[in-house]
Amino acid sequence: MAELNGKSCPPGDYPVVVIGSGPGGLQTSYSLARAGVRSAVLSSDEGPGGMFRQFPLFQRLITWTKIHSPAERGTRPYEWYDWNSLIGEDPKLRALVPEFMDGTSYFPARPEMESGLKEFTQRAAIEVRYGCRWEATRKDGDGFVVSTSDGEYSCKALVIAVGMTQPWKPSNIPGIELVPHYVDTKPAREYAGKRVLVVGKRNSGFEVADALLPWASQIVLASPRPARISVLVRSTAAARARYLQPYEDAVLGGGNIVLDAATERIDRTPEGRYRTQLKGTTKPGDFALETDDVIAATGFGTPLQDLPALGVKTFYQGRLPAQTPYWESASVPGVYFAGSITQGSIGLKKYGIPSNSAAVHGFRYNAMVLARHIAETRFGVAPERPMMAAKDVVPYLLSEATRAPELWNQQSYLARILTFDQGKGITDEGILPLAHFVDTAGPDGIAMAVETDAEGDIHPAVYIRRGGRVEEHALSSSPMLDHETAEHTGQLSSLLKSLIS
Amino acid sequence: MPETEEIVDVLSGLSLFADLSRPELEEVAHTFEEEWFTAGQRILRQGFKGSGFYVIIDGEASVSRDGSEIARISRGDFFGEISLLLGESPVADVTSNGSLHCLVLAGPALEEFLLAHSSVTYRMLQALARRVRVTNQWRS
Repeated sequence: MAELNGKSCPPGDYPVVVIGSGPGGLQTSYSLARAGVRSAVLSSDEGPGGMFRQFPLFQRLITWTKIHSPAERGTRPYEWYDWNSLIGEDPKLRALVPEFMDGTSYFPARPEMESGLKEFTQRAAIEVRYGCRWEATRKDGDGFVVSTSDGEYSCKALVIAVGMTQPWKPSNIPGIELVPHYVDTKPAREYAGKRVLVVGKRNSGFEVADALLPWASQIVLASPRPARISVLVRSTAAARARYLQPYEDAVLGGGNIVLDAATERIDRTPEGRYRTQLKGTTKPGDFALETDDVIAATGFGTPLQDLPALGVKTFYQGRLPAQTPYWESASVPGVYFAGSITQGSIGLKKYGIPSNSAAVHGFRYNAMVLARHIAETRFGVAPERPMMAAKDVVPYLLSEATRAPELWNQQSYLARILTFDQGKGITDEGILPLAHFVDTAGPDGIAMAVETDAEGDIHPAVYIRRGGRVEEHALSSSPMLDHETAEHTGQLSSLLKSLIS
Repeated sequence: MPETEEIVDVLSGLSLFADLSRPELEEVAHTFEEEWFTAGQRILRQGFKGSGFYVIIDGEASVSRDGSEIARISRGDFFGEISLLLGESPVADVTSNGSLHCLVLAGPALEEFLLAHSSVTYRMLQALARRVRVTNQWRS
């Protein structure tokens, strides 16, 4: 039973230990349980929700949940429009975040999101031990022993779902240690009348700048490269439209400034202000800025504790663990990752567009695929793989390309996979990582994905594996996002002719 | 290479970026993104559109065409530019031999990057010229 007093999951032996009770850990534990594998979720927090217990600082999320959508609430197609709810099978576990939204915005407020996650945890009876701090990790035969503030847990598979939540600052800016990180930003009204430098032009930088717009006398946003805007680069990883008011102000000469400049050093003045030296990057120039405040919106790393010492390789200045397409540590088998950390498993990243694995609407599907993968490879629980009649293949795949939330939310990253065997027939292998399908040998088959190309054209992408070689084919795009037209049927049928006899 | 090394320090040691000033290197370090590949992973896929421009900062990779290895590349080498310059799909696979750490620029961003950083473009032309020379020697 899930109990908020933290008494569930006493120390002991479990098939899987999941560390972290944010959306990634909760989805993994739930999906493992559906596959018949028990897990203990350990959390240093006092309740579920992970980062949404605290962030975003300025209240509303940047991921939408559309209370009114073309799809009926609670159905699988509705997940496409509800980016924030966890995914349960039981109707009472579906689309929980909109239940808590007051309808005034299609971006949930932070407490609405937290309530949705809490409700899912309770209704799904996810076993979480709260107030239990992960202290050390060691290998033990094929498995692991996790030492915590409550005692030792042993497991065959360890899932780390602690989020990319550790405030991170670059190590090569003298004086950066003098300024608060984004997480320590004060309430907006405390910046009234002040001149503020925000170091960083990604979402956290723009979020802070947007929140300070009504208060600060002047905001300067600075980082070495020009701001990337989500609508231009077609990625949620770039600055989101919701935070662009400071950018518009700067572009229209409104008084706030967006600089392409590298911060060289930061000093305190005798009056307690900050003096920051910057050097222009896209245009040469030296800047010496005196401001009342500086905020380092320089990003986050993953609190991996002692895992690097255990052999877990990292990259991105140690901020992310290196992972396989199935989110397993590239260097320590048996250690897996869930939640926003899974953005470290890059995938095909076609046309430079990353997956949405940094956000709930992407990583909740990674967690479902991961749970199935762990259940099968570590515990011998084979998932259901339905057989399919040849005549159903084309309409089924085009339906997936039109409304499967996994394919739309994780473009060029997760795919619907079918395999073809002369004797056995056609098997639906489920939703799997596209990188795994295109880069590993296997039976003849097809992967249906959705992708966006350099022109912003969204279309179905078909990968056909035949005799061990994989070929890629793009189907036509559709301005109305309908991939079930006669044209698509004709295109896919002719591609599949030699596979389906 | 230490896993926590600042990318700008890595870049300053690569010949492709040797002529850039420190602020320019900072911009490049923030423009490219890091990717990490396990042994046997494909980075560039023959016949697949939408690939990027890669610079190896640690490790080694094999270049192969139709399954046969034609070259090995390592730290400081770059790949993916030919298909992007020509607007075609890559004609070879690039597969990691052991762990491979790369910087990558999204394909659609390469043209703007090369136009804005002429010294990098010149260094790239030199490297391409060396490749052409080797190919011609082999032919004659």
